[in-house]
Amino acid sequence: MSEERAEKGGSAGSMRDCWSCGTTVAVRAPFCHACGVIQAPQPVDHFTRLNLPARFDLQRADIERQYFGLQRYFHPDRFAAKPARERALSSQHATDLNEAYEVVKDPLRRAEYLLALMGRPVQGDACSTISDPRVLLEAMEMREELAEAQSAAEIESIVARVEAECEAVLDEVADAFAREAFDLAGRHCIRLRYLTRLAAEAHERRARLEA
Amino acid sequence: MQILEIHEPGETPLPHAEDRRPAVGIDLGTTNSLVALSQDQKPEVLCDPDGSAMVPSVVAYSGTGEVLVGEAARRHLLEEPDLVVSSIKRLMGRGPEDLKRLAGSLPFELEPAEDGRMVRLRIGERRLTPVEISADILRALKARAERALGREIGQAVITVPAYFDDAARTATRDAARLAGLEVLRLVNEPTAAALAYGLDQGAEGLYAIYDLGGGTFDVSILRLEKGVFQVLATGGDAALGGDDFDHAIAERFLAERARQLGAETLSVAATKQALVTARLAKECLTDRTQGEWVLDLDGRTSRHRLDAGSFEALVAPLVERTIATAKRVLFDARLKPQDVRGVVMVGGSTRVPLVRRKVAELFGREPLANIDPDQVVALGAALQAEALTHGSDTLLLDVTPLSLGIETMGGLVEKVIHRNSTIPVARAQEFTTYQDGQSAMLIHVVQGEREMARQNRSLARFELRGIPPMVAGAARIRVSFAVDADGLLTVSAEEKTTGVAAHVEVKPSYGLTEEEMAAMLRESMEHAREDMEARLLAEARVSADRVLLALRGALRADGGLLDAAERQTIDAAVAKLERSKEGEDRGAIQDAIEELDHATQDFAARRMDRNIAAALKGVSVDQLGRKTGSGE
Ligand SMILES: Nc1ncnc2c1ncn2[C@@H]1O[C@H](COP(=O)(O)OP(=O)(O)OP(=O)(O)O)[C@@H](O)[C@H]1O
Ligand SMILES: [Mg+2]
Ligand SMILES: [Zn+2]
Repeated sequence: MSEERAEKGGSAGSMRDCWSCGTTVAVRAPFCHACGVIQAPQPVDHFTRLNLPARFDLQRADIERQYFGLQRYFHPDRFAAKPARERALSSQHATDLNEAYEVVKDPLRRAEYLLALMGRPVQGDACSTISDPRVLLEAMEMREELAEAQSAAEIESIVARVEAECEAVLDEVADAFAREAFDLAGRHCIRLRYLTRLAAEAHERRARLEA
Repeated sequence: MQILEIHEPGETPLPHAEDRRPAVGIDLGTTNSLVALSQDQKPEVLCDPDGSAMVPSVVAYSGTGEVLVGEAARRHLLEEPDLVVSSIKRLMGRGPEDLKRLAGSLPFELEPAEDGRMVRLRIGERRLTPVEISADILRALKARAERALGREIGQAVITVPAYFDDAARTATRDAARLAGLEVLRLVNEPTAAALAYGLDQGAEGLYAIYDLGGGTFDVSILRLEKGVFQVLATGGDAALGGDDFDHAIAERFLAERARQLGAETLSVAATKQALVTARLAKECLTDRTQGEWVLDLDGRTSRHRLDAGSFEALVAPLVERTIATAKRVLFDARLKPQDVRGVVMVGGSTRVPLVRRKVAELFGREPLANIDPDQVVALGAALQAEALTHGSDTLLLDVTPLSLGIETMGGLVEKVIHRNSTIPVARAQEFTTYQDGQSAMLIHVVQGEREMARQNRSLARFELRGIPPMVAGAARIRVSFAVDADGLLTVSAEEKTTGVAAHVEVKPSYGLTEEEMAAMLRESMEHAREDMEARLLAEARVSADRVLLALRGALRADGGLLDAAERQTIDAAVAKLERSKEGEDRGAIQDAIEELDHATQDFAARRMDRNIAAALKGVSVDQLGRKTGSGE
């Protein structure tokens, strides 16, 4: 696993020796240009890893195209017939790609990660950190409603409502990013976080009710 | 934005032409196993000389040391049930604790095992682990492939139920190693099925794979798109399958029998026989509405009627469990049943009409059956074996079926990797000490979804030693989990504040220890190094003994089926075999065996008919009549 270091781009000129043939290669090159052998992955941010611009406004299809495209190169299935060290390196690359994809494809995680990259991490992740009283009130009411819901239909309607709400907040997050209003984006993220958790809990309850 | 420098497109890491050796795909099933080979993306199952594709996952261990696998072993199931093992896959990676739970329901005689050790089966004089028995099946499959292809096979892709836990996966890999096979990859059975299906049918979109075999149930949801096979979610039950249907029927029959004949204690052999009859009844009821079966156990007979309705009532709770799991998996993938474009049915138990109905009901569409449910997993495994050795344009992204975590204070589980994470995946979590000056920490790795550690599967216990004295809560112990593309977990731990190299000790909870593995490997190597001819001669003698032994038993029991002339021919052939057995000529022994075999064919057929007649009474009377008619 590589560290989530926020240094962008890295030092462009730095070189290293290919572990296999000794040729000097660019640190960022995943394959040696002389012998073609896979090199160790670099500690880069998730956007760089997927070869995507570090911004909130990304399309699902573009993220997937990058992710699948890169996995085609790095996945351990491509190295099954290679020596152990190459297999291990491919596994590291694939692991890093999976992690990057998990974060970047999920709008909330993407937003939070982006804010952290910019040195503006969204405050802690427990519910208790909701400081906006209106948001707090909303959270409590929704939770109560969910707790009281008995039938699958009731829960279903809560899920639908919460999900619609999530969509609306996401639009606001996107809008805040577009206007470079990062503090606002951070506040929306907090609301989105509890809404997402609520949706997951409602979803889970419905699943249990049906089972 | 940084540009990834992928140099020289021609240098993509695909294997070179000289690496090309055939690698096979193996479906190591609870009931049936298959081996297949794919060339130019055209997978084919490798059959034995008489054209059968499936190898029953049955192993017979004779008193004389001979090991039979497949149909040959299954024939002994009723005659020497003590020496025949079936459904061994159900014990893969299981510890004694699991078996206590299953006790009584398994037709195995188990050696009492200490906690944390691998179980052993008592088979005649032998004491064998499930790994060794599975290795015997894999050896037979390897031999079959080598015979079919006329060259040596060293590598294989082996499928495992998606819901297999780490211990069971490790056990499968160990079995392959014992059998002399290098495992290129463990592939999940439903994923292999999707691969074969998707490539064959050019499918795109969301698909559900519902795989109900002999011993395991899996359901996976995949997205198929432009050569990418992305598993979105998977779920299942590693101990639910057609065997459980058999058990339900057998239990009903035995309860009826107890009412008819009074209570009795059945031998393991009798239990196996009851299960065979139950399976026969179950499979019959797929095409018929009712029937009657006879149990002839430990010398007493009882008769049992069963109709399709009662059968469905018996197994409905089991089928319901699979449906609940399928719903759960849909939930996990955040999908509704109608989002799925097709449901692919895999496994022999999906032939049961109730199963088809329930699955169709859930998804609101008829399941797809345009590819053989018995073969599709092996075909997919073969495709993947080819892809791994020859390169491929398809990309297979699978997930880990169960969450992985460690036990924390109060016996709770802290999840480190969540289920349905795409593999390979790695994640680390920090923990701390809870006592001043604590110098060691026990790390208990568990797998499963439950909240308490003891409710989950225990995978390993590690001890992290050499933590320098600190106040409680000051140490930072980083535990890293990594699941590789085979779905296998590695765990390491490190104390971060001091950087003192800490000592990690791994004790697999149920696996074979390295020494045990080494000893077994040595044994099998020595076996291989023995003088070939001497071994073949010994084997021929052993076969002769077992043929003679079996025949004597048969003559004692059913000699009355023979007339004087027939008896004389057989006696002559017996005498000839006994003579040649004393000599050094392997060929002569084999000829004599064949001759005897030939001389007793009619006799065997008549006995078989009689046994079947006993088991089948009431089911296919007309057919039976025809058979005995032609035999006389
Ligand atoms: N016509 C039928 N009707 C009902 N059940 C059947 C029929 N044919 C086969 N089966 C059952 O299917 C099961 C075997 O299926 P299959 O060969 O797919 O299992 P497997 O691959 O060996 O097991 P697993 O995948 O669980 O390891 C057995 O329980 C068998 O009784
Ligand atoms: Mg199967
Ligand atoms: Zn190089």
